Amino acid sequence: MTTSDLRLAARDLACIRGGRLVFEGLSFEVGAGHALVLTGPNGAGKSSLLRQIAGLLEVEQGEVALTGGDPECGIAEQSHYVGHLDGLKPMMSVIETLRFWRAFLGAGDAASPDAALQAMALAPLADLPVAYLSAGQKRRLSLARLAVAPRPLWLLDEPSVALDAASVARLRDFMAAHLAGGGIIVAATHLDLGLQGAAELRLTREMAS
Amino acid sequence: MSLTAAQKFHAYANPARFMALSDRLLAPLWALTLLTLGAGLWFALFNSPPDYQQGETVRIMYVHVPSAWLAMLGYSVMALASAVALIFRHPLADVAAKSAAPIGAAFTFLALATGSLWGKPMWGTWWEWDARMTSVLVLFFLYLGYMALWATIEDPLRAARAAAVLALAGAINIPVIRYSVVWWNTLHQPASVFRMDGPTIAPAMLLPLGLMAAGFTLLFFTLHLVRMRAEIMRRRVRNLRLARADEGEA
Amino acid sequence: MRRAFLALVARDIRLAAGIGGGGGMAVFFFLTVVAIVPLGVGPDRPVLELLAPGMLWVGLLLASLLTLDRMFQADVEDGSFDLLSMGPLPLELVAVAKSLAHWVVTGLPLVIAAPVLGILLNLPPETMPWLMLAMLVGTPALSFIGAVGAALTVGVRRGGLLASLLVLPFYVPVLIFGVGAVEAAAVGFEGQAARQALLFLGAITLAAIAIGPLGAAAALRAILR
Repeated sequence: MTTSDLRLAARDLACIRGGRLVFEGLSFEVGAGHALVLTGPNGAGKSSLLRQIAGLLEVEQGEVALTGGDPECGIAEQSHYVGHLDGLKPMMSVIETLRFWRAFLGAGDAASPDAALQAMALAPLADLPVAYLSAGQKRRLSLARLAVAPRPLWLLDEPSVALDAASVARLRDFMAAHLAGGGIIVAATHLDLGLQGAAELRLTREMAS
Repeated sequence: MSLTAAQKFHAYANPARFMALSDRLLAPLWALTLLTLGAGLWFALFNSPPDYQQGETVRIMYVHVPSAWLAMLGYSVMALASAVALIFRHPLADVAAKSAAPIGAAFTFLALATGSLWGKPMWGTWWEWDARMTSVLVLFFLYLGYMALWATIEDPLRAARAAAVLALAGAINIPVIRYSVVWWNTLHQPASVFRMDGPTIAPAMLLPLGLMAAGFTLLFFTLHLVRMRAEIMRRRVRNLRLARADEGEA
Repeated sequence: MRRAFLALVARDIRLAAGIGGGGGMAVFFFLTVVAIVPLGVGPDRPVLELLAPGMLWVGLLLASLLTLDRMFQADVEDGSFDLLSMGPLPLELVAVAKSLAHWVVTGLPLVIAAPVLGILLNLPPETMPWLMLAMLVGTPALSFIGAVGAALTVGVRRGGLLASLLVLPFYVPVLIFGVGAVEAAAVGFEGQAARQALLFLGAITLAAIAIGPLGAAAALRAILR
């Protein structure tokens, strides 16, 4: 899926939201098969940083680059992003949702929607409308989306929210498999996600001042 | 999310008896409906005289008048069921109200369309903004609005409450339609059957008209029963699927 | 990329047709608005015949405005827009897909409903084909121009109202040439005047398809990033 010289690098990054400097002078590097865990208090800019990497938020200063991937595509197109909003449509069924994202994102050699449901233990719910799902089931469905289209970089914002212990274990295996395949994960979390050998980047509110 | 005992009663208990009963009723009802409609159509098309003024086009009346009658009956059924649903919270009432709407709307549309077809040779125009036709058109919009409201709210219990209020508010329109003929009497045919001084319609036309009206009414209630059964089954499917979403957690 | 485009169009059409999607709402609104006008101006048939083309087009414009604000807003609110904007489709093509879906679920049904309303307004039957043709040619412009307004008001509370205010002036040429085609046909100028108005309408639609998505994408980038 990816070459081993895949590398995500940020240099001297700054973020201003609503006139407030959230962070500045942020630099890090993550290589293929490695994870970076973002920690820190609320408002420290974990979500903003993830959105900046995903190209969903403007980078005011500094730069982010993903090297060693597909030179034709930008970071956004090589990333999966899981944010606070699940991006699910209540009236679409579980399997329809995954089929849509597979068709939209371009499947490549990724898992089939059915296999992705299996991995997230959602297979028995495949034909149910999303409206009937619980919060945890919805979260698992938005994680299953990551399996139906190959993306070397995963940007996860609190991926374990609303998940029970069994589901967190499934998420851990899921992420470990991605790293073993040479992918990169940047995750913001309060919980220990149990990622082997993950580097930690601690954002503090004082960084700005 | 689990159902309370009361909700379970509402979801299953009473409708179960209704399903058993309606299952037995359906076949004889269909037979009676087809028989009456068949006889009515035979009289209307082959065994009744053409009108001395309107000629053969008068036969449109045998569809038009019963349709218009059912347009109003449908709304009355809907409003009555809505009132029962609001006041007594009977679990079948909102099913009955919801199921009546599309059938009533279809008959309303039929009344408007046949009226339009009748109007062309009679008045030389497809549509005339006279009071009765206008109020039937408004009735059609009331039906559409009611159905749109049901279609917008996913949870049947919540949708039922809102729709019932709407149906009752709209019920004010029914008497307006009924008596608008007396209030304004423009180009449209004067009401011939329900006039104060007794019917002026030829007896040879009264029989087919009566048969068609009876046949249409039977058809309405048969279809209503079919739709109510379908709606109950749809809700069962929904409950089962919701329950499955719960089990999926295990 | 074509697959992604078609998947998005199909998804939007399906969402609009489902529960709470509001797909049939525009047609219903169109019927009601146009049908209520004679109650205001009176049932005089020559008067209605005179007003019919204008009333039909104004009703059509209002009905297509009604559903405009959900074009991007729904996806922005639930987070799917983030994911759509990260996919292989450039935002411009996302806007094309969404405008196209909007036209299929609102514009097209309105065109089909128009002759029924024409009957109610005593429009001469000979002009019906011209009415439908003009609306078929003109309605895509409404969706593609509307996309810009929908994009500009993303994230605004009561965005629907604002979008209508922004977009209506841009609908003026469509209204003028749309009514022009029908009126010219009504007085028996099918040959020159009606055809000319139709050509103008076609030109406006083509321009809207070319420019609208660029504007919508630019607006979305400016507002959301």
